[in-house]
Amino acid sequence: MANNSKIIVDLDTLISHIKDGCRLAIPTDFNGMYSGAAVSATRALIRRGVRDLHIIGVPTGGLQADMLIGAGCVKRMEAGSMFLGEFGVPPAYARALKAGKIEMRDSTCPAIHAGLQAGEKGIPFIPLRGILGSDVVSYRNDWKVIDNPFGENDPILLVAAITPDVMLMHAPMADRHGNIWIGRRRELAVAAHASAVTLVTVEKIVDTDFMADEQAVTGVLSNLYVTAVSHQPKGAWPLSFGNDYDEDAEHLHLYVESARTEEGFKAYLDRYVFEREVVPA
Amino acid sequence: MSINPQEFLIGVLARKLMGARHVAVGSASPLTGAAALLASELSDTPMRVTILGSKSHVFFTEGSRELFDASAQGRIDAFMMGGGQIDGQANVNLMGIGPYPKLSVRWAGNYGTPYLYSLIKRTVLFREEHTRRVFVSKVDYVSAAGVNEPNVFRPGGPSALITSLCTFGFDRKRGRFMLESIHPGHTLEEVKDNTGFDFDAPEHVPVTAIPDNRVLGIIRDAVASQIAETYPQFAERLFGIGRRAARTA
Repeated sequence: MANNSKIIVDLDTLISHIKDGCRLAIPTDFNGMYSGAAVSATRALIRRGVRDLHIIGVPTGGLQADMLIGAGCVKRMEAGSMFLGEFGVPPAYARALKAGKIEMRDSTCPAIHAGLQAGEKGIPFIPLRGILGSDVVSYRNDWKVIDNPFGENDPILLVAAITPDVMLMHAPMADRHGNIWIGRRRELAVAAHASAVTLVTVEKIVDTDFMADEQAVTGVLSNLYVTAVSHQPKGAWPLSFGNDYDEDAEHLHLYVESARTEEGFKAYLDRYVFEREVVPA
Repeated sequence: MSINPQEFLIGVLARKLMGARHVAVGSASPLTGAAALLASELSDTPMRVTILGSKSHVFFTEGSRELFDASAQGRIDAFMMGGGQIDGQANVNLMGIGPYPKLSVRWAGNYGTPYLYSLIKRTVLFREEHTRRVFVSKVDYVSAAGVNEPNVFRPGGPSALITSLCTFGFDRKRGRFMLESIHPGHTLEEVKDNTGFDFDAPEHVPVTAIPDNRVLGIIRDAVASQIAETYPQFAERLFGIGRRAARTA
């Protein structure tokens, strides 16, 4: 196979693929296996001052989305729900919505998964059962209800394919060629397949070739879909990363308390994102 | 043995799951998770329990979309969920209060409920807080619809609503709740005063049966040790056991 070592880059080079105004897919913060949220890359994006993002939560949004929204990087948010685990609704998101600073495109989790599956197949839409009767259908003018052409008097929902410009995620490991081991979290692979560009931060880079290992390869996202990889140990902090580290509940608590007000959020960014000394007022 | 209110509700919820082959429980929901595990322990036939966000109670290898695909195929036949508002037609609102999209209070959002509520054979609604704030005549936003027009393909829907005061059944044809039993120490008046929708009630409303000592023993032993893996703080608070004591299934 081709040597793809040029795929492994530093963090600023990795995020340089995320342009202002792009449609950016990010994984949910919370998963029993590990958080796929690339939080250190998110901090780098805020430092760079990216603007007008359309974020797609796969299928929900949490800390990453909240940080980007609070920092003024987001124009539109699309997700099945927005939550910060036991801390509830993300505070910067709630403030931005109230102030009319972002547009919220409410969805439902299976519609996002199905839309990405359509994107992966290169088809324009996909039908899915259920959902009819929910107000989400009446408010989504990009969705359609048709009569099942293979049935009779059988209304069914069609959702448009979701084809993000960029998928950004954090994964357990990459091999030297930039193949990514994601384990059983295949929804991350589906989102990557549907996206034009996939950027991955990883806990570790191992000097091997996953494609030559029949057991490892079943949990792999092939570098066919990967544009850039960056080595970011603790890249999901303060979220949990499975067996590697638990969520930093104390820090999340501090984040939620800080993000409730604009001043508090700015002070948080100064301290933890821009890494400036905070001068007490 | 004396039973605390949460153990009581775990026992009451579990009764509504009996006979299912596969129960799914959402994240951030320790009481319903415990109820599913109890039902599985009590079941004579194999009952699988999927607890989203858990490591040992998840059977999917194709990613989180597999839950939805499996549900649409009928591979999951019981589900439990709550709601910020629930109305008399069993519509559930997880979006917020006020006229959408200009909500005065915003909650987390729909999650997968518009889909799962339609497709999983039976959904047991559960909300501890029994007030007119929660149980309204009409929800402000329908996240998940209780009933559909007859031509809509809908194999699933609400089967019961359990609160801190009582148990309701739901008649899908008529789209109405029916009071089944009132928990010990509470009255019909109290239920009516705190419910914002109309419901049917039999002439004599039974008292909800208290889980017996055998069931209580299972809750405190097998259920407690399994739920501690996913909800260590809940298990510590209710049963006095933490993550370390958790049994890995």
